[in-house]
Amino acid sequence: MAVLQMQRISICALKKDRKAILEQLQNMGLMEIAPVLDEDSDFQRTDTGNARGRFEKIVANADQALDILQMYAPQKKSFLSGLEGKTLIEKNLYEQDSERRDAVIRLIHQITEKNKEIAEHKAEILKLENQTESLAPWLSLDIPMNFHGTNSTALLLGSMPDSMTLEQLYAFAAEQAPDLEALDIHIISADKDASYIAVLCLKKEVEKVEEAFRAGGFAKPSQAVTMVPAKAKENLEEQIKQLNQKIKKMEEEIKSFGESREDIRLISDYFRVRADKYEVLGEIPQSQKTFVISGYAPAKVVPAIEKEFRENYDLVLDIVDIQEEEEAPVLLHNNQFSESVEGVLASYGLPGKGEIDPTTVMSFFYVFLFGLMLSDAAYGFLMFAGCAVLIKKFPRMGNSMKKSLRMFMYCGISTLVWGILFGGYFGDAVAVAAETFFYTEITIPALWFVPLDDPMRMLVYSMLFGVIHLFTGLFMKGYMLIKDKKYLDCFCDVGLWLLMLVGLIIMLIPSDIFASIAQAKITLPAVINSFGKCAAIGGAIGILLMSGRTSKNIAARLALGAYDLYNVTGWLSDVLSYSRLLALGLATGVIASVINQMGSMVGSSVFGVIVFIAVFIFGHAFNMAINILGAYVHTNRLQFVEFFGKFYEGGGKAFRPFQLNTKYVDVKEETYL
Amino acid sequence: MSELGIVYALLGAALAALLAGAGSAYGVAVAGQAASGVVTEDPSKFAKVLILQLLPGTQGIYGLLVAFIALSKVGLLGGNVADLDVTTGLLILVACLPIGIVGLISARQQGKTSVAAIGIVAKKPEEFGKAMLFPAMVETYAILALLISILAVSSIPV
Repeated sequence: MAVLQMQRISICALKKDRKAILEQLQNMGLMEIAPVLDEDSDFQRTDTGNARGRFEKIVANADQALDILQMYAPQKKSFLSGLEGKTLIEKNLYEQDSERRDAVIRLIHQITEKNKEIAEHKAEILKLENQTESLAPWLSLDIPMNFHGTNSTALLLGSMPDSMTLEQLYAFAAEQAPDLEALDIHIISADKDASYIAVLCLKKEVEKVEEAFRAGGFAKPSQAVTMVPAKAKENLEEQIKQLNQKIKKMEEEIKSFGESREDIRLISDYFRVRADKYEVLGEIPQSQKTFVISGYAPAKVVPAIEKEFRENYDLVLDIVDIQEEEEAPVLLHNNQFSESVEGVLASYGLPGKGEIDPTTVMSFFYVFLFGLMLSDAAYGFLMFAGCAVLIKKFPRMGNSMKKSLRMFMYCGISTLVWGILFGGYFGDAVAVAAETFFYTEITIPALWFVPLDDPMRMLVYSMLFGVIHLFTGLFMKGYMLIKDKKYLDCFCDVGLWLLMLVGLIIMLIPSDIFASIAQAKITLPAVINSFGKCAAIGGAIGILLMSGRTSKNIAARLALGAYDLYNVTGWLSDVLSYSRLLALGLATGVIASVINQMGSMVGSSVFGVIVFIAVFIFGHAFNMAINILGAYVHTNRLQFVEFFGKFYEGGGKAFRPFQLNTKYVDVKEETYL
Repeated sequence: MSELGIVYALLGAALAALLAGAGSAYGVAVAGQAASGVVTEDPSKFAKVLILQLLPGTQGIYGLLVAFIALSKVGLLGGNVADLDVTTGLLILVACLPIGIVGLISARQQGKTSVAAIGIVAKKPEEFGKAMLFPAMVETYAILALLISILAVSSIPV
């Protein structure tokens, strides 16, 4: 349960060691680079943008090549492949010689080039297909389409709107140009929108004829091929065929590169890491002969870093503790159980400056509350087993994924325990199956009680857990204040509230309203009763007087105190909010029993058993999914709003060490942390 | 007129499932439309936006839950229909109303909040935890209504 103590390390070394030191730092991955020095006449930053851009381009190309390979030579990925994590490779394989790297870069270029060519060919094919299509109406024409006529005759090719018969065409021509000497019209083809016609006329009359037909919407074909259309079509088809063959060949070629996938991944990561290095290089101030690099590292690894560098290089290494005004990055360190909820914490916000790490306390409540909301032994077992198997099967999965799965595994155990306490095993599946198929009555008794039979009791417990959770939050606030030696604040903001709330609770317990909820009258000894009253009144007066202590004005101080006292309604709503523990717990159980009942409706027969099993599997899978989601969301809410609302703000910046930020492979390294 | 009692009870159960279900259908639908937009841009956000889409779906389940408790209470499921007087029937009807009405309204509004939260995930996927919290806030009131409905239905003597 701790935020790791950070220290600032500053290294001033010779420029000739620059590359080696940077690489060493990156390989160790223990330090977040945060420059301290500003530029001045001696120390300046160098612009590494160009080199970085070049490396990033290679990375982008490599990733694109991988996408292309995946398209043409798909590598089968199972549903769970996302969990596999990066492949671990030896360091010498990663730092391969530059010739081999160049070869892979050439290969990447080949792949992207080929892919580009394929795209171009495909565009070409599309164009040719369009041409073929526009030839379709002219296929029965047996002369080239650019044929203009003989010595004394002219040929006009074109389309008329609407389907027209030969008679209609002749009549139309006669109407438009009555004094023509000769005219011969052929309909080449017709569809419902147009007639494609060839018109022969005398050369001297061609303009007249054309004008006449144009009045009726005559249009020349958009493209006139120099060949007989049927032949032209054959030609086009031949071209398309050739292009298709080319594409196929190229696809085969790309496919044959499939085995180089691993090499390309390696290159992608290699240059990704180098681009990172150049980014850092661009940030550090350098003089003519030296450079300065500075950053944060967890205090406990600082000696290791110091030893490593002092032994191998000539340099000045300076270690200082974090200054008061400095905001260091946050790295959490918890035991294996508690660290599983770090992801949830991080999604709210890491501890800000001066705050303690609430992970440990939160992890217990998280698992406890999650189980209470889901509360079905069978679901819990399935969750536990599923997560455990996944963790076992994919040992190299990403760290945060592993933490999340481990969190759900622990939540599964908690769900299992609560399920046993409340007697839920796939809801009431055992009882329903026994009654439907074996005509006997078997129920697995709840170890504690069944919430559905006694919801009020469950409600009281839900709120009790809520009060414990909230008080823990209040204690955490007190702890933080004491740690900062703000004893007065601790007394006023925590002590007085605690006094008043405890007093109020003691006053509430013997009251009728509580008795009607708890269905039992609890009488407390008179001493405790009067203590409760005194505590509540004393706490309230204290808050009224002390909350506005920063204000000098008495009236303003009392007003602020009264306003703070109003927060007691906030406490009420916070406690009521825990009634969701009951509601969600009931939801799981009731929906499960709806499913079981639906499954059993067909009755006891072979068909009935089949229906039961089908409904059972789908129904419970659905119920589990929807309720795990619900439990997850609402556990988060209880942590974030009710619990953190009492003491925790977050807002810390995560520790991002300068390291080998790879995407596909992990390089084997000695570990220091 | 004792036949009317069971009619009222059934009406209550029907309203719980119907109103809350309709609200959830609307909420999940608008959230789903927003989620589809995000997935067209970036399919890797599928799991996150799916969770956000499902959040307004719970009201429908709560409605179903109350309806089911009400139905089994009056024996409509088991085949031994209880002999209800009109008062008891009306009591059950009224008990079903909180989850029906609050479910309808909160699911619709939660759907809109989910749409906005999906917008957060589209731009800042790392803020998923916070994005999820906003729609979950709306749900609180559906849970409170559910609680009252469950407590009321199960405490009505039949």
